[in-house]
Amino acid sequence: MSFEPKILGFLCNWCSYAGADLAGVSRIQYPPNIRVIRVMCSGRVDPEFIFDGFEAGIDGIIVMGCHPGDCHYLEGNYEAEKKFNMVEKLLSFVDMNERIRLEWVSASEGNRFAEIVTEFTDKIKELGPSPVKDPSKANVLLKNINALKMSAVSYRLRALVGRERALTEQENIYGEKVSLERFNDVFENAIFDEYVRNRIVLSLKEDTKSVKDLAIELNMDPSKILSHILILKGRSQVSMDKIVGITPLYISTLEE
Amino acid sequence: MPDKISEEKKIGVFVCHCGTNIGGLVDCEKLAEYSKTLPNVKYSEHNLYTCSETGLAAIKKAVQENDLNRVVVASCTPRTHEPLFRECIEEAGLNPYLFNFVNIRDQCTWVHMKDPEAAYEKSKDLIRMGVSKAEKLEELEKIIVEVNPSAMVIGGGVSGINCALSLNNQGFKTFLVEKDKELGGRLKELYQVFPSDKQASELLNELVAKVKEAKNLTVYTSSKLKSVNGFIGNYEIEIEQRNHNVNLNVGVIVVAVGATSYKPLSLFNYNSKNIITQLELENKLRDNQIEANDIVMIQCVGSRNADREYCSSICCMTALKNALIIKKREPNRNISILFRDLYTPGTIYEEYYRKAREAGVLFIKYTPDKQPIIDKSVVKVYNQYINSEISIPFDLVVLATPLIANNDNRELAQLLKVPLEENKFFLEAHVKLRPIDFATDGVYICGSAKWPADISESTTQGLAAASRAGTILSHKTIEVEGATAYIPDWNKDLCKGCEVCIKICPYNAIVKDENNEIQIIQALCKGCGTCASTCTKKAIVIRHFTNEQIISEILAFGGEKVA
Repeated sequence: MSFEPKILGFLCNWCSYAGADLAGVSRIQYPPNIRVIRVMCSGRVDPEFIFDGFEAGIDGIIVMGCHPGDCHYLEGNYEAEKKFNMVEKLLSFVDMNERIRLEWVSASEGNRFAEIVTEFTDKIKELGPSPVKDPSKANVLLKNINALKMSAVSYRLRALVGRERALTEQENIYGEKVSLERFNDVFENAIFDEYVRNRIVLSLKEDTKSVKDLAIELNMDPSKILSHILILKGRSQVSMDKIVGITPLYISTLEE
Repeated sequence: MPDKISEEKKIGVFVCHCGTNIGGLVDCEKLAEYSKTLPNVKYSEHNLYTCSETGLAAIKKAVQENDLNRVVVASCTPRTHEPLFRECIEEAGLNPYLFNFVNIRDQCTWVHMKDPEAAYEKSKDLIRMGVSKAEKLEELEKIIVEVNPSAMVIGGGVSGINCALSLNNQGFKTFLVEKDKELGGRLKELYQVFPSDKQASELLNELVAKVKEAKNLTVYTSSKLKSVNGFIGNYEIEIEQRNHNVNLNVGVIVVAVGATSYKPLSLFNYNSKNIITQLELENKLRDNQIEANDIVMIQCVGSRNADREYCSSICCMTALKNALIIKKREPNRNISILFRDLYTPGTIYEEYYRKAREAGVLFIKYTPDKQPIIDKSVVKVYNQYINSEISIPFDLVVLATPLIANNDNRELAQLLKVPLEENKFFLEAHVKLRPIDFATDGVYICGSAKWPADISESTTQGLAAASRAGTILSHKTIEVEGATAYIPDWNKDLCKGCEVCIKICPYNAIVKDENNEIQIIQALCKGCGTCASTCTKKAIVIRHFTNEQIISEILAFGGEKVA
C-alpha cells in the first residue's frame, strides 16, 4: 500500500477556509489527506500547535491565511508569518522544516487552494512518513521536538517574535529602528540557544550529568554547554546536584 | 443553565445526507453509528437534511429527550449554517456556543468524489475531531453594550451628504465632517451629470439646501479626523477644525471620503492645454470655451494597466455624456472616442451609447499592446478591423483618467482600524454578504471610497449606509460577539505585564489599567486570537478557540502522542 500521509491544515475563517469551501462548491478535486482545523485568523495559530501535531504523528502541517493586506483582522497574517518563520527555523534543527508550509489563499481562490493542497500532499508523500514514526529515531527525535516546543513557548522567543514588527518596522521613542538584518542575527542566535538550553534541561531531567556528558550527548563544545548551564542556573531551571571527584553534576529543576 | 457545565458531557451528533451531496458518496448511517463509539457521545442520528424544519425539530427533540448538552452537526459549512444551528440549540434550551460544526460536504464529499472510501475515512476523522472539540466547549454570553444614537459621516460628497441626510431624517443626531472648505466633493468639479443631464451645481445646491434645513445635522468643514477611541455604540472622536479640536461622541461611523481624480502627468503628452482630462473638459463645457473642431477622446488612460489594474467604471459614461453635450451644441464638430472596451450597463446608459452613435461620434477600439500615439497634430491609432494604423487630426485630446484612492486613506484606515484593498480603496467586510459594512462593527462604507462610483451609485450606497447604521442606532443596547480574548482569573498571576499583546492587537482592545494590570476590553475585541498565540506567558485565552480545544482537535486527528 502506498504511503498516505496525515496532513493537518489550519485555515483562517475569512479567506482560506472560504477558499476551501469554494473549491468544494466548484467541485475541484484534491487529495483526501488533509484535515482542517478552522481558526478565526491565521494569527491564532500558536507555534506550540505545530509541535503538538508532529508529536502526535502528523506528517505535514499547512497554515493558510488571507493574502497580505487582506486580513479580516488587519494584520493577523503578518504575525502568523513571523511565528511561522520561527517554527521553520526551529524545525530545521531536526530536519523537519520541509514538512510545514504557510500559504495565502483568498476566499475567491478555490482553485489555488486545491492546487496548494495537491502540491503539498505530493511533497509530503515524497518526503515519506514523519521520522517520529520511525522507532529507531523516535526516542531522541521526540525529545528534540519537545525541546523545540519548549523553546517556542519560552518567554524569550515569544517576546522576540511578538516584538519583531514593532522593532523592525517602527521607530522607538528615541527615533531608532532595528534593521531586519540585525534583528535576524539576534533572533537566530536566540532560537538556537533556547533550543540547546531546553535540550539540556530535558536531558538533565532524566539523570544528573556533567558538562562533559552533555557535550558528548549533544555533540557540542563543552565551554558552550557550560555557558548555557550558567544561564539555566540563573533562571532556576538547572541546579548543581553533587560533585563527584572534581566534576560537578547538574540536575533539572523543571517541574512536570 | 450554568449548572450544566459541571454536568457530565452528553454530546449529540447529527450527520446530514444533504440529499445526495453527502449521502450519495458516503454512508451517513454508518457515520452516525461510528459517532456513537466516540467518547461522551450519548446520541447520534442521520438526517436527509439536518437544516430543514424536520432536521431542526429532530435536534430539539433529541436534546430534550436525551438531556444532551453539546451538539455536533456534520454537514456543510459553518460559514453559512452555523447561525441556524446555534439558534436551534438555543431554542432547545442550550447555550448557542455549545454547538460545533463539522464540514463533511464542502471540504470532503464535494472534493473527493472519485474516492468514496477515502471520503468516508476523512469524514470519520473530521467527526472525531469535531466531537473532541465539542467536549471542551464552554457556555459563553454575548456582550451587551449601550448605543449612543448618533452618527459621524466622514466626507461631504454625494454619498456622504445623502447618508447624513437620511440619518438626520431617521431622527439620529448626525455630524458630517468634510476636509474641504465646502461640501460637495467631486460634484463641485463637474458640469452636467449623467443620466439625468442635470447641472451638477443645481444638484449640489439642492443637497446643500437640505443639509441647511436638517435639524439633527451638524456640519464641520475644513475638518479632519484626529483620533478615534471606543467601539460600536460608543465612539469617542476628536476632529481638528482649522486650529481647534472638537470632541464628538457617536454610536457609528460612516466612511464616505470619496476618491481623487488622477492627473496623467507623463501620459499622452498631457499638457492641460490642448491635451486635457475629462474633468478639465467639464470646466471648459461649463464656461462654453470649446473652440476645437476635431476632438479625440482616449479612454482607459492610466487604468487597466500594470500600475492600476482596475476599471474606474465612470469614465465610459463620462466620455459619452461629454461627447453628447458637445454634439448637441455644435453637431458638426468631429468627435472620435478611442476605447478598449466600452462599458454602458443597463438600458439608460446603453441609450447614451446609441445616441452618441446617432450623433455621429466615431468609436475606434484600440488594444493595450498598441496604444494610441500623439504625433504633433494627429493621433495615430491601430485599427484591428482594417489591420492598419490610422491618423486622426485633432485640436483637442481628452484623456479619460481613473478615480484613484485618496492619499490619506492609509492614515484614516489606521485611525478607524479598517482595511484597504490593493489599490488603497477601503475594503468592505464581504463583497456580496456585507457590502456596506466594514468587518469592524459599527463602521460603514459608501461611495467612491470603496470603488469609483457614479452619482446614482454613490447616492444608493449613501442611503444604504444610513440604513445599515440605523439598524444599530435604533436600539438602546446591542449584543456583540462573545468569542473574545480574556485573561481568566487563574491566569492573572502568569501575566508579567510585558505589553507585547498591547502592541500587536489590531483593535487597541488591550490596555493597562490604573493598577498596571492588562485589561482586554471585551466590546473592542474581535476574537482573532493573535494575542493568545503571542502572549509570552500564555495567560490570554481565546473563548471558543482555546488552546485546549484546538489541541484536542489536533490529537483527535494525529492520535495520542506517539511517545
